[in-house]
Amino acid sequence: MLEISREFVDAIVEQSRREYPDECCGAILGPIGSGKAARLKPMVNAAHSPTFYEFEPKDLLALYREVDDNDEEIVVIYHSHTETQAYPSRTDIAYAGEPGAHYVLVSSREEIAPAIEFRSFRIIDGEVGEEEVSITE
Amino acid sequence: MSIEVRIPTILRPYTKDQKSVQAEGTNLSSLIADLDNSYPGLAERLLEDGALRRFINVYVNDEDARFLGSLDTPVKDGDSVTILPAVAGG
Repeated sequence: MLEISREFVDAIVEQSRREYPDECCGAILGPIGSGKAARLKPMVNAAHSPTFYEFEPKDLLALYREVDDNDEEIVVIYHSHTETQAYPSRTDIAYAGEPGAHYVLVSSREEIAPAIEFRSFRIIDGEVGEEEVSITE
Repeated sequence: MSIEVRIPTILRPYTKDQKSVQAEGTNLSSLIADLDNSYPGLAERLLEDGALRRFINVYVNDEDARFLGSLDTPVKDGDSVTILPAVAGG
């Protein structure tokens, strides 16, 4: 299960709308071992694409250094799907390199507008498992 | 010659869970060969068709190796190499 604040859900949805039609992306960090989604960190999508996202390699290194310095870990990795449902694509699964993270997908596709789909998954060894999202107000 | 190599979580099964290991080499290519010697299977995760995999980032002293010569990037005693899988998807 992913526990996440309403504030962060709204911020991520807002980011996905702002960066549409490109996919948006980012992370949420928390103290090591706590599993708490404590600190939201939107990231630049270096691909600037409606169908692909990538944390800029330089930003990625800076993020890991920051996380190390703060005794944090990456709790959530999120990105948006602009045309498809909020479910990990084959590419998402192939590149999921953080086995401990919750992978959050947001879909802002037109057919469901103005509704937004916000879902969370674990992706381990190529296997996708959806989990409940518990939003704390 | 001893170079510190920081290993990302997803590759630690190859290094018996160590997050940092020592290796030797004069460039990234020979360093990876040395790593594979100590931790078999690691090279396969880093290389494809004789080049660094597109979605594996390798940094030498915090600089992206893609801009330093990729596999030809020279390394020397005291250098620090960090491996991070890209955070990417579609």
